[in-house]
Amino acid sequence: MTAEAPAATTRDLFEVNLARRHMIGVIFQGVALLGTLVGIIVLAVLLIEVWRDGIHFLELDFLNRFPSRFAEQAGFKSAFWGSLWVIGFTALLAFPIGVGAAVYLEEYAPKNAVTRLLQTNISNLAGVPSIVYGILGLQLFVRGTIGIGPSLEDLGLRDLDRSVLAGSATLALLILPVVIVASQEALKAVPPSIREASYGVGATRWQTVRSHVLPQAFPGIMTGTILALSRAIGETAPLIMIGALSFVAFTPGNPLDDFTVMPIQIFGWAVRPQLDFQDLAATGIIVLLIVLLSMNAIAVYLRHRFGGPASR
Amino acid sequence: MATGTPAIDGSGASARFKRSRSRHLFEQLIGLSLFACAAVTVVTTVGIVAILLAEGLTFFTEISPLEFFTGTRWTPLFQSAGFGVLPLVNGTLIVALGASLVALPVGTLAAIYLSEYASPQIRSIIKPVLEVLAGIPTIVFGYFALTFITPFLKDTIFPEIGVFNALSGMIVVGIMTIPMVSSISDDSMRAVPQELREAAYGVGATKFEVVTRVTFPAALSGIVASYILAISRAIGETMAVTLAVGATPRMGFDILDSFQTMTAYIVNVSLGDTPQGTTEFRTIFAVALTLFAMTLLMNLISARVVQRYRERYE
Repeated sequence: MTAEAPAATTRDLFEVNLARRHMIGVIFQGVALLGTLVGIIVLAVLLIEVWRDGIHFLELDFLNRFPSRFAEQAGFKSAFWGSLWVIGFTALLAFPIGVGAAVYLEEYAPKNAVTRLLQTNISNLAGVPSIVYGILGLQLFVRGTIGIGPSLEDLGLRDLDRSVLAGSATLALLILPVVIVASQEALKAVPPSIREASYGVGATRWQTVRSHVLPQAFPGIMTGTILALSRAIGETAPLIMIGALSFVAFTPGNPLDDFTVMPIQIFGWAVRPQLDFQDLAATGIIVLLIVLLSMNAIAVYLRHRFGGPASR
Repeated sequence: MATGTPAIDGSGASARFKRSRSRHLFEQLIGLSLFACAAVTVVTTVGIVAILLAEGLTFFTEISPLEFFTGTRWTPLFQSAGFGVLPLVNGTLIVALGASLVALPVGTLAAIYLSEYASPQIRSIIKPVLEVLAGIPTIVFGYFALTFITPFLKDTIFPEIGVFNALSGMIVVGIMTIPMVSSISDDSMRAVPQELREAAYGVGATKFEVVTRVTFPAALSGIVASYILAISRAIGETMAVTLAVGATPRMGFDILDSFQTMTAYIVNVSLGDTPQGTTEFRTIFAVALTLFAMTLLMNLISARVVQRYRERYE
C-alpha cells in the first residue's frame, strides 16, 4: 500500500489531471480575452453614444457661432479658438523647456545626487493630480505670488490675470514631466557611437548634441510632445481653477485676453438640466475628439515614418 | 559624407582652436541654460509645496487641524460652518476603491492576454485602441457617466439610483484607469525573460500554469506599481467625478447616492463666488494639501516597490 501511493500521485500529476489542466487554461484564456475586450467595448459604446447624442447639432456653422442661451443658436467658436490659442502657447513654452531639460539630463548632467534628485522629482511631478497644478497656476500666474518670496509685481512683472498665457503656462508645467520623459527616451535611443564619432573629430558637446543627437532623436521627441499636448487639450480642471470662463462670446485676439476652452464649454453645457444642452455637449465632444484623434494620428504617423524609439 | 566631414573640419581646425576660449564660454552658457530648463521642474515642486503649505497653514491657524482631520461634517460655505474633511475623504476613497475593483482585475487580465496570449497582429490592434481609451479626456467620461451609465443602471438594475451617484463614478474612473494598469503590467510581464517560461514548460507545466506561477510572480513588482499608480490616479481624478458623483459631502457607503470627492469640492469652490482670502476659500488649499499628500505618498510607495522588489535578469 505504501509502495502504491507515490505511483498514484505521479499518475495524477502527469495523466489524470492533464485534460482538466488544459481545460482550466482554455477557460482562463477566454476570461483574459474578455477582460481585454471590456475597455474596447466601453470605448465603442462611448463613441457611439456621443455620436448619436451630438450628431443633430453637428454642422460647420457650429464652429462659427458663439455660445447662446438658446441651444439651437449656440456654437463652439470661442471654445474652439480658445483651445487652439492655449495649446499653441503651451507648445511654445513646454517644448523648448522640456527638450532642454531632457538634453541636460541625458547629455550633460553628471551622475550625482543632484541629478538623481531632479529625476525623482520629475517622476513624482508626473503623478501630481492636475487640479493641484490648477492651484499652482491660480496663485503663481493669476494672483502673482506663491506666498513666500517676491511676487511677480515685486519683480516688476504684471500678473497674467485670467489670460490665455496664464492657462498656457499652467498647462505647460502640467505636461512638462511627460515631455521631458518622452524626450529622454528618444535621446537614450540614439546610439553612443554617433556621439563618439562626433567627439572624435573634435566637436564640442553642444555641437554634437545639436548636429547629431537631436536630429536623430527628433521624431521621438515630436511624438512624445504631440501626445502630451493632446493630453493638455482635454484638460479641464486646472483651467477652471485659474478661472477660465464658460460663457465667452469672443475669440482671443492676443495672449493676454480672457478665454474659454472646449472641455470647459462642454462641462458648462453638460451640467445644464435641459436635454438640448446635453446634446450640445455631445456635439462639442465630437469636435474635441476629432481634434484629439488628428493629433494622435500625426504622432502615430511620425512614429512609423521615422521609426522612433517608441515604435515597439 | 563619411569621407567629406573630416576634410571640412580639417580646413577650419586652426581657426577653431584659436577661438577655443570664447567657444568654451559659449559651451558653458549652453550647459547653464539647459540646467535652467531642468530646474523649472524643481521650481514647480517648490511652488506647489510652498503654496499649499503657506495657505494651508494659515487655514490651520483659523480652524484646528483636529477639527479638520477628525470632523465628520463638511459645510464650510453654510451659516453653521463645519470643517471636518472626512466626508470628502470618504467620497474620494469610496470612488477610488470602487474604481480599483474595476480597473485592477480587468487591467491585469488585459495585460496577461496581451503579453502571453495575443498574436503580434492582435496586439498591434488592441494596444493602439487602449492608447486611445487612455487619451479620452476625463470630461468625456464624466458626460458618459451622467448621460449613459446612470440612466442605464436606473433602467436595468437600480431603479432608485440618483442622478448623481458614486456607482457610475466608480465605473467610469475604473474604465479610464484600465489602460494604465494594462500597459505598465504588460511591459513588466514582457520583460520577464523567455528562459523562465521555457524552463517551466520543460518540466511539464501548461500555459496557464506558466502564466500564473512563473510570469505573473516574476513581474509582480511592476504589476503592483501599476496598481498603486492607478489608485493614485483615481484619487486625483476630477472632472469625471464632478459630473458623475455630484456635490454632496457625506459619510456612509450608499453608492447609489451622491457624494463629493476632495477634487470635486475644489472645482465647485472655484466655480462659485467665494471671495478669495477668506477662510472659506482657504479650505481648498487645506483640501488640496491633503490630496497632494495622499497621492505623493502612493507614488513614492509605488516607486519604492519597483526599486525594492524588482527581479533583475541581466
